[in-house]
Amino acid sequence: METAEKTLDEILSLAAAHFKVPREKLSPDDDFFKTLGIDSLQTLDLLTKLESHFRVELPDYELQGVSDFRTLAGKIQARL
Amino acid sequence: MKSPGEMVRGEAMSYATKDGVVELALHRAPCNEIGSLALEELEAFSHELESLERSAHALIIYSDLQSGFCAGADLRELYQRSQSMDKAAALKGVRDFLERIHRVLNAIDATPLTTIAAVHGVTFGGGFELALTCDLIIADKMARFCFPELRLGLIPGFGGIPRLKRDLGNAVVRDLLLTGRSFNAAKAQQIGLVSQVVSEGEALRAARAAAAQIGKFDRQTAAAAKRFIKPVPHEELRQEIDIFCELFAHPTVEAGLKKFVESTDPQPYLP
Repeated sequence: METAEKTLDEILSLAAAHFKVPREKLSPDDDFFKTLGIDSLQTLDLLTKLESHFRVELPDYELQGVSDFRTLAGKIQARL
Repeated sequence: MKSPGEMVRGEAMSYATKDGVVELALHRAPCNEIGSLALEELEAFSHELESLERSAHALIIYSDLQSGFCAGADLRELYQRSQSMDKAAALKGVRDFLERIHRVLNAIDATPLTTIAAVHGVTFGGGFELALTCDLIIADKMARFCFPELRLGLIPGFGGIPRLKRDLGNAVVRDLLLTGRSFNAAKAQQIGLVSQVVSEGEALRAARAAAAQIGKFDRQTAAAAKRFIKPVPHEELRQEIDIFCELFAHPTVEAGLKKFVESTDPQPYLP
């Protein structure tokens, strides 16, 4: 089982690679909508990438109001 | 009647026949929302279907837009139109729209051609319902499906529930409908909705390969097999229109549409 820190690190790396943002510019407590500059369609892309990478299902209603990487990692960690 | 190979180009979609395969490409930004223009062009396409059936064995429906296959009904147009007329006229307009889109989708559902939806990205609401009329759904691994209608106080209105019930178990249908959650292509394949999941950007190529394979079989036999295995659920489709119109009369729908149209939320499809 992955640790919470490893999950968080993988999310940051995955988001950086997918949205072509330098990894070092992303921090766990960043608002990912603002930092990545993503719209609703790109948010769905991120969700799909995360589900595929971690092999989990993330019902989008559980992510409502989630906007920072750390909380997102917690939601994923709860399904690993 | 169009000659085989001739491209018919509209503002919302285009189609042409090549090697016995009709390809209908959706291409109206932002994400092929189905409003009055798309409906008119879909009607024109469905009127041509009978003649296309004489020179083809398969139909592929796909999107030329990067954003996705189709985001469903044009809710902005629906809201603006309903604001410009009284309640009774708005309700009559909605029923008329539903009757027309049902005629088109029933024609695509029942065509003797073998039909394939090649989907990617957003495949939501009416876009999902368009895909459900097809015999096969081939999905890019980044495709995402959703029936978000309950957030507006509505049910899917383009035949979604009867067609989902035809294809899937009732418990799965309830989950998708009642939670309104979106789900990915892998999940769609797991529940039996999608026949193939392919790499990003590969859905159309895979659909063309499937259509070429289907072309090796006798057309009359394929059509007979389809008629036998895929009856159009006409009675439930009629009921769906009635339930949709009954719900549309509630004030919560207008509030839901307004909230969606004016939303700046990064996840506006969520309730």
